[in-house]
Amino acid sequence: MIERTPFLNIATHVILLSGLVIIIIPIWLAFVAATLTLQEVNSAPIELWPGNQLWANLVEAWTISDFGTKFLNTLIVATSVVVGKITLACITAFALVFFNFRGRMLIFWMIFITLMLPLEVRIVPTYAVAANALSPFQTILEVTGINWLINAVSGIEVALEWNLLNSYTGLILPLVATATGTFLYRQFFLTIPDELVEAARMDGAGPLRFLWDVLIPLSKTNIAALATIMFVYAWNQYLWPLLVITDRANYGMVVVQLSDLVPDQLTTGGGTPTWHLAMAATLVVMLPPIAVVIFMQRWFVRGLINTDK
Amino acid sequence: MAKISMRDVRKSYGKDQVVHGVNLEIANGEFIVVLGPSGCGKSTLLRMIAGLETITAGQIAIGDTVVNDLEPRERGCAMVFQNYALYPHMTVAENIGYALKVAGTPKAERMARIAAVAASVGLGDFLDRRPGQLSGGQRQRVAMARAIIREPRVFLFDEPLSNLDAKLRVQMRHEIRRIHNRIAATSVFVTHDQQEGMTLADRLVVMNKGVIEQVGTPSEIYDQPASTYVGGFIGSPAMNFLSGQVDRATHSVRLASGDRIDVSPAIAARNHGKLVQIGVRPEAMTMVPAGQGTLNATFEFVEELGAGRLYHMMFEDLTLTVLAGDRQTLAAGAPVGLHIPASAVHLFDADTGKRVEAAPLAVVEQVPA
Repeated sequence: MIERTPFLNIATHVILLSGLVIIIIPIWLAFVAATLTLQEVNSAPIELWPGNQLWANLVEAWTISDFGTKFLNTLIVATSVVVGKITLACITAFALVFFNFRGRMLIFWMIFITLMLPLEVRIVPTYAVAANALSPFQTILEVTGINWLINAVSGIEVALEWNLLNSYTGLILPLVATATGTFLYRQFFLTIPDELVEAARMDGAGPLRFLWDVLIPLSKTNIAALATIMFVYAWNQYLWPLLVITDRANYGMVVVQLSDLVPDQLTTGGGTPTWHLAMAATLVVMLPPIAVVIFMQRWFVRGLINTDK
Repeated sequence: MAKISMRDVRKSYGKDQVVHGVNLEIANGEFIVVLGPSGCGKSTLLRMIAGLETITAGQIAIGDTVVNDLEPRERGCAMVFQNYALYPHMTVAENIGYALKVAGTPKAERMARIAAVAASVGLGDFLDRRPGQLSGGQRQRVAMARAIIREPRVFLFDEPLSNLDAKLRVQMRHEIRRIHNRIAATSVFVTHDQQEGMTLADRLVVMNKGVIEQVGTPSEIYDQPASTYVGGFIGSPAMNFLSGQVDRATHSVRLASGDRIDVSPAIAARNHGKLVQIGVRPEAMTMVPAGQGTLNATFEFVEELGAGRLYHMMFEDLTLTVLAGDRQTLAAGAPVGLHIPASAVHLFDADTGKRVEAAPLAVVEQVPA
């Protein structure tokens, strides 16, 4: 419904502006706090205008938290999650939509149901698997008695172990294994007209060729959207890295590190809370997701205004 | 170059049989049009030739190879789709050359062939455009170019003109015919538009409900429709139908109204007492003063066609149409006589709808089983 009356124009602008203000205020306060000294940030009436300590605070926060390593780690994890997720989602959806095999719908529904089980819900079993990724197989060996058989015949005790704790693999895999991307891709692939598939068959293109030459170029905007969402999602991970990484110095992620800077009983031990450093660090940690969103936005806006399907 | 032979080809989806045993021989270089209403199985038949649908039973051979179990790319067919099915993210040149790219043709040769084919369909200036920037007619040309460049043995068209406006459709029809003559591949063209079928075909295949009703040249099918279905489907305006019973003594068919329509003595002699449908083409009837014709009808209204006029009459509770070149002015409700010469009458069996002939029907081309 599009109406153009002066009153509605003003009303919509008022609503938009108030929304903007609500969003901007916390960010502004964080920015202001990041530019003040320890004394200023703790003074009674809250300071609304920036001071001149921004650079000093940034440098201090960066060094205290050893953000160099953490940024690199987080970048590796987030990028791997994005790449892994898109690849997995794309080929799974490809199989589900373009091939007719027994149990296709069953498999789709099984994947779909996992949408309702985010990482936080299945965190205990996921941790158990991460601690030893081969434990399900070990269980199978034991329950079926194969292990006993091997032991009786050769005297070897089979104990499978693949520990994913404190590794990039352990950080990445559980974040990749979710259904959102598969679902998104399936819905997109379903909109591809049958005739396009048939035209490719007539042109002699096999399934993989079709995937590579036609589907992937057509799903560029999908890839951009999924990449953006997944990058931000992976970058902001807190709970999972906190659990799976004990070797923080080598494998720490930025958000976990950031929480250490937030003043509480533990960090300041009753001393003056260092909000200026926490806020400076927040600004730095926010930058990469914002940059990704701004950069990717151009792609999916272009995708939206492209008229040819 | 290749002939196509189909032997007892059937297609079922689950329990639903949609093609009921088609036998057809298509000669090398022939232009065949498969004509029928939507849902008659014509597109399914085409897609079985292309390899996009599996063949439930029977056999299709292209050239001397049985292609039942071959992949589409191995059959040497090219297809033009109704919605063109162009790759939206590729330029015109990439669309045209995609089959060659897949086949691994070297780039230089590919570009040369793309340029040549594009020029031949008048797309030379559009090679860098994307399909979204082209008009319907241009997209159609890209789809044709994409088929031509593969130098196929068999050209398949699945209602390629139905998305174009009337003028463009006629123009593209001529172009398709020219291309066919130039590259001399065997062409199978599926359409529901009887005019398209009549004008394009070397031979016409009329399908209905999954079976072939008649195969023949367009004029054979127009002049001697094998059934009421073919008679009614081919020809615009459509054939007029009346029912009655054959009477040997008067060489005529007596209608329920008591009127008699003369038929040839030979037909009357063979089919005495048979209940029949009479088919008369609108241009084969003439209007005469009331009381002087075969029938007396009431004039309803007229349609101006420019080259002639279409007069609509009521006879009993039936509508009859007469196509005449002269321009008469008649008042609605005016009585009109209709003259129906015996030579213009097509007779069909009232039960089976099949054509009734003086002599046994000439065998329609069918493959010996």
